[in-house]
Amino acid sequence: MEQRPLSGWDGEALVKTSAVDIETPVIDVSHVTTKFGQAVVHADISLSIRRGEIFAIAGGNGCGKTTLLREIIGLITPSSGTIRLFGLDSRKLEMGDGHPVHRRFGVMFQQGGLFSSLTLAENVAVPLREHTTLSAGLIRDIVAAKISMVELPPDSAGKYPNELSGGMRRRAALARAIVMDPELLFLDEPTAGLDPIVATAFDELVLSLKRLLGLTVVMVTHDLDSLWGIATRVAVLGRGTVLGIGTMQELARSDDPIVRDYFHGPRGRSAREQAAQNGHSRHV
Amino acid sequence: MLVKSQAGISIDKHVIYCRGAWTLPNLVQLERQIQTLRWPDASDVQFDTVDVTAMDTGGALLLHRCLRSITRNDRENIPQGLRPEFADLLQKVHTPSPCVEQKAVAFGTSWVERLTRVMQSRQAASSRALAFIGESTIAFGRALAHPRLIRWRALLRFVELDGVRALPITGLLTFLVGIVIAYQGAEQLRKFGTNIFIVDLVGISLLREIAPLIVAILIAGRSGSAYAAEIGTMKVTEELDAVRTLGISPMNLLVLPRALALVIALPLLTVYADVVGVFGGMLIALGELNVSFVEFIARFEEAVPVRHFLIGLGKAPFFAALIALVGCYQGFQIRGGVDDVGRHTTISVVQGIFLVIVFDAICSILLNWWDL
Repeated sequence: MEQRPLSGWDGEALVKTSAVDIETPVIDVSHVTTKFGQAVVHADISLSIRRGEIFAIAGGNGCGKTTLLREIIGLITPSSGTIRLFGLDSRKLEMGDGHPVHRRFGVMFQQGGLFSSLTLAENVAVPLREHTTLSAGLIRDIVAAKISMVELPPDSAGKYPNELSGGMRRRAALARAIVMDPELLFLDEPTAGLDPIVATAFDELVLSLKRLLGLTVVMVTHDLDSLWGIATRVAVLGRGTVLGIGTMQELARSDDPIVRDYFHGPRGRSAREQAAQNGHSRHV
Repeated sequence: MLVKSQAGISIDKHVIYCRGAWTLPNLVQLERQIQTLRWPDASDVQFDTVDVTAMDTGGALLLHRCLRSITRNDRENIPQGLRPEFADLLQKVHTPSPCVEQKAVAFGTSWVERLTRVMQSRQAASSRALAFIGESTIAFGRALAHPRLIRWRALLRFVELDGVRALPITGLLTFLVGIVIAYQGAEQLRKFGTNIFIVDLVGISLLREIAPLIVAILIAGRSGSAYAAEIGTMKVTEELDAVRTLGISPMNLLVLPRALALVIALPLLTVYADVVGVFGGMLIALGELNVSFVEFIARFEEAVPVRHFLIGLGKAPFFAALIALVGCYQGFQIRGGVDDVGRHTTISVVQGIFLVIVFDAICSILLNWWDL
């Protein structure tokens, strides 16, 4: 599939991005070490994420998956090492001062992060209202299109977040994350706490949005079904490092005991069989 | 690949040319261009979209609008040369989605209906408040009968947080208020040459009214708000439900230690504030009116009967109970949502101060009747 051209916002960012060729990684994590006090979360982690993939970060509880995600999007700073997002040092993002790069990625947080004082439609419209000068009519149309893209019923648009179910809140957060048509979408545990049917539907949704909008998706997940079903590449974190990185087939052959336990436990096996039955039809 | 191709739309006879990046940064300009266009009237209009280099949802929506405004006689216009991935997007936004901007709650329009609703919610709120007062009284009575039920560790922690840690700020404020009162009095007293009466002025006003009131107002702002926010956040994070299902009474766990801690801490703070405030007055008496410390203290003993001190001190536990109960009650009223926490925290402070002052006024009137 042909890549969508980058939509830069100011001159400087444009020059930078247009020079980037497609093979350059969208995200480049190099030699990142993270310490919280005495506890070492990451010890020298390096990985890179390419344009157009659905990259999953997996690993046991407390291995620093979400921490890594938060470092990539500039919410926290690693103790040492660098993270480049679109070739830009993510430390520069830290202030949340409306750097143009913020318009090129969307984030869906685990709890949704919806503003509780705004309705669903107002929540989805926030990035457009903040960052563009589009007419109210066009904003309304875009918001409606996004709400229908994430398959939320139109009558939920006027509801407040606390009136929505968990699955709907997740979808609403996804709609807000993609409302600016970002190139890069971050999902933090997108299917955690959802029932299997809704979780599968959510996976399908991510896949279809990726196709439709040409997204690069980075997701943190425990969900073995998602890993087998939609991830193009997976990085397994553990013991502070990357234990394995590659497609699920490659990781399933890994010798590392933790990776083996992770994928060959009873849940791992059934998820794999399930994926084999579907013949990976969900893959792009 | 040229990234910043200017987006544009133009009409040449029966062909509408679309070009460039139909993406968010260009949409404002594109929308303006479209508004100035005059659509051709012919039926064989063609859309040429070979030169569209990029398109996002907003761009697809705009193109869809153009297509719709040109479509006549239900004949679908299909843009020529649109890249397949953009066509998919166009198809997606094409599916009509009903308008979304509807208001969340449809309030009754008639004023009778609105008034009824307000009255009902007021009534419900006051019965909840009554229930809370009842529950806490029962819990308090039970704790008096079985002191084992009191969580001493939590209680002592709140005495430290809300009493000991409040010492600097209450001290500073009453010291300043002592100075202010003495200054204002000094001006008048000097005119009459009755300098020594500064002792009566400072002593009685501070001990009886001002020190307890200042302390109570400070603590209402400091601790009452904290109680509301703490309990409310526990409610939002389902901690309160966990407490209940674990078979622990929230009254015993949360309300009683806070209320008792304030009832203990507030009188102590008041005594401290009395001392510091009077000391502030003494300094001004010395500086402005030449009343020495020795004279001041000697006069203090005869001019300020101990009942003023006791009345001030006696009000403090009631202030404390009011503040703590209002704070905790407002905390329990939080239903969820960030603004709800803020609203009830504010209410807890405002109501706390309001009740303290009303109670103080009632005391003044009653004590005046009884000639105290």
